[in-house]
Amino acid sequence: MRLELGNIFIKDMQFGEATKVENGVLYINKKELLEAVGGDNRIASIEVDIAKPGEETRIMPVKDVIEPRVKVEGPGGIFPGFISKVDVVGSGKTHVLKGAAVVTAGKIVGFQEGIIDMSGPGAEYTPFSKTNNLVLVCTPVDNLPQHEHEQAVRLIGLKAAAYIGEAGRNVKPDEVKVYETLPLFEGAKKYPDLPKVAYVYMLQTQGLLHDTYVYGVDAKRIVPTLIYPTEVMDGAIVSGNCVSACDKNPTYNHLNNPIIEDLYERHGKDYNFVGVIITNENVTLADKERSSNWTAKLAEYLGLDAVIISEEGFGNPDTDLMMNCKKITAKGIKTVLVTDEYAGRDGASQSLADADKAADAVVTAGNANEIIELPPMKKVIGDLKPADVIAGGFAGSLKPDGSIVAELQVITGATSEIGFNKLSATQF
Amino acid sequence: MIKVVHYINQFYGGIGGEEKADIRPEVREGVVGPGMALQGALGNDAKIVATIICGDSYFNENLEEATEEILQMVKNYEPDLFIAGPAFNAGRYGVACGTICKAVKEKLNIPVVSGMYPENPGVDMFKKDIYIIETANAATGMRKALPAIAKLGMKLAKGEAIGSPAEEGYIARGVRKNIFREERGSKRAVNMLVAKLKGEPFETEYPMPDFDRVAPNPAVKDLKNAKIALVTSGGIVPKGNPDRIEASSASKYGKYDIEGVMDLTQETYETAHGGYDPVYANQDADRVLPVDVLRELEKEGVIGKLHRYFYTTVGNGTSVANAKKFASTFAQELVADGVQAVILTST
Repeated sequence: MRLELGNIFIKDMQFGEATKVENGVLYINKKELLEAVGGDNRIASIEVDIAKPGEETRIMPVKDVIEPRVKVEGPGGIFPGFISKVDVVGSGKTHVLKGAAVVTAGKIVGFQEGIIDMSGPGAEYTPFSKTNNLVLVCTPVDNLPQHEHEQAVRLIGLKAAAYIGEAGRNVKPDEVKVYETLPLFEGAKKYPDLPKVAYVYMLQTQGLLHDTYVYGVDAKRIVPTLIYPTEVMDGAIVSGNCVSACDKNPTYNHLNNPIIEDLYERHGKDYNFVGVIITNENVTLADKERSSNWTAKLAEYLGLDAVIISEEGFGNPDTDLMMNCKKITAKGIKTVLVTDEYAGRDGASQSLADADKAADAVVTAGNANEIIELPPMKKVIGDLKPADVIAGGFAGSLKPDGSIVAELQVITGATSEIGFNKLSATQF
Repeated sequence: MIKVVHYINQFYGGIGGEEKADIRPEVREGVVGPGMALQGALGNDAKIVATIICGDSYFNENLEEATEEILQMVKNYEPDLFIAGPAFNAGRYGVACGTICKAVKEKLNIPVVSGMYPENPGVDMFKKDIYIIETANAATGMRKALPAIAKLGMKLAKGEAIGSPAEEGYIARGVRKNIFREERGSKRAVNMLVAKLKGEPFETEYPMPDFDRVAPNPAVKDLKNAKIALVTSGGIVPKGNPDRIEASSASKYGKYDIEGVMDLTQETYETAHGGYDPVYANQDADRVLPVDVLRELEKEGVIGKLHRYFYTTVGNGTSVANAKKFASTFAQELVADGVQAVILTST
């Protein structure tokens, strides 16, 4: 399967007469956008705003971040199972509005959302201080159950990204990147002397509001399976969760999964990157056993020599991570894990809720419990009040001047466990 | 000018060996013994204003009194930095250096630094609390130890950022700290994978700890007469979360009276937990903290009694150290209250 990703660099985002890309500026017709995303009677109102890098703007509480993309050649369309039909995606050509993002915000559950600062110390930690963000603040009708609310907001975000992505359909990309994965046996024939590696991609599926979707299917209802890496780039995996926003993968991160990108980088040179095994992180022991048995079985079935395993979340999923590591290692397959840490505010506590001696090669994305001070911002999109109750905040987090003292945990994407950032932790 | 107070034992103070180890703390103006070379290493920006000398036996046999006496002496000089030792592999000296450093740091809020050989018992006792420069096992290592102690001490006194153990020469404190690395995490993972495949050396970024596993207690034989308590990390609290237990990384636990409470309802209880879908717990908190079922069992005589209080915290992102601290406090209360068994629910 071969995909050409055409990146169109977006340097600025503005509201305008027509939705279009011109000289690196993305213009958005607000009215048309609202028509494209509207119509859900569960949502009372949607406010639209723009937040740009370097501005003194705080966006919170953030649900999801999505990159606008459009499929210009090949089967299917973007976000299969949600926006497009369920054709197999990942081949042909896709255009990307690189540097633009859709951010959905608004109070949903009350303590499960994140913060994006466009400047200041908080901006150092989130990838989304570097993108031009179209922010949709969605207010539900009264007494809308939380699950309905989450679903409505998730769909609005995807629709907005698909609508904006269309603006890139006929634009010549500034850069084209080609990614190709051969069918298993063809790949093995082409690289007979290279070790075979795969990526074990753990998806957060701890229950409603903590879910991830694959081609529209709630991933807690799957058994681990195989997916071409390029399918992910066309939106085969969609986020439905943001609890403890630091280490959850917004849809943007799935689309741009850096482990997939970096595995492609040395594919055909140091190893043969054969593909991706997706698995889940369900809460019951039987589910954990079944899923980790299956990842190990698939790894063996593919004749792998090594895998990278990435976690999503912490605590309960630490168990899934260790089970995957232990069982895959027991098959004689080498493992590298990517996780983050909850070592306490002083860093003196044990970092993970589980451990195993097989886990001897671990990449860490940092200690999410470390305290950070976020100065007041001139502009707030959304609502500051949840600062005291969101995961990572505490009583008194929100100061009278609008500054926030909280754990790094509150910042969207700060300790990404798919290795999005340079942040890490070490022993002092 | 940075004012420094230096602590040494009777041997380095030139008073005597083991036969003088019982001398009480005394203070002298200026430098004594290794203080001379330490002053040289500290340079012109710092001055050792006083040296405190104490016998190792006296200190260890009169821990509290000696600490108090020495604290008072240190306080009188209002120093900007306190240096103890280096103690090399001398066990009692190391414990004395660690104890007094910790007290000076915590009670007087003055930066402290010591130096020890890694196997000195003082290291394990105090490395989490204070910076201890790694030294040789005997005084022959003095020339190498003092510049490192002086350098780290000056940084601490000036409030400068402290580098890694390898950069500064101190013994790893076992504390995790965030840093920015050269490459993004995914790249580091791929590099590690290639190294592992090729059998080349690589360094894990998180060495696995000795994991703390707890063996369950034997089953309760006589349930009919047992007083049972409910404890949860599922965050069930009286509606409104009166103690404001955090949604994640709890810094506290709650203890709530359920005398006469037969059933937890949507109107009276909820969860403070931010790590799971709260909808079903908020609809009926008994799903996490089964008060209703235990009341029935109490009535049926299956159990003796449900304890009057339940203890609760939020397990989400809460450090193991905090969890341990909470439990060791309330476990004593449970034992004192005559509770024989606890049902511990998690989410």
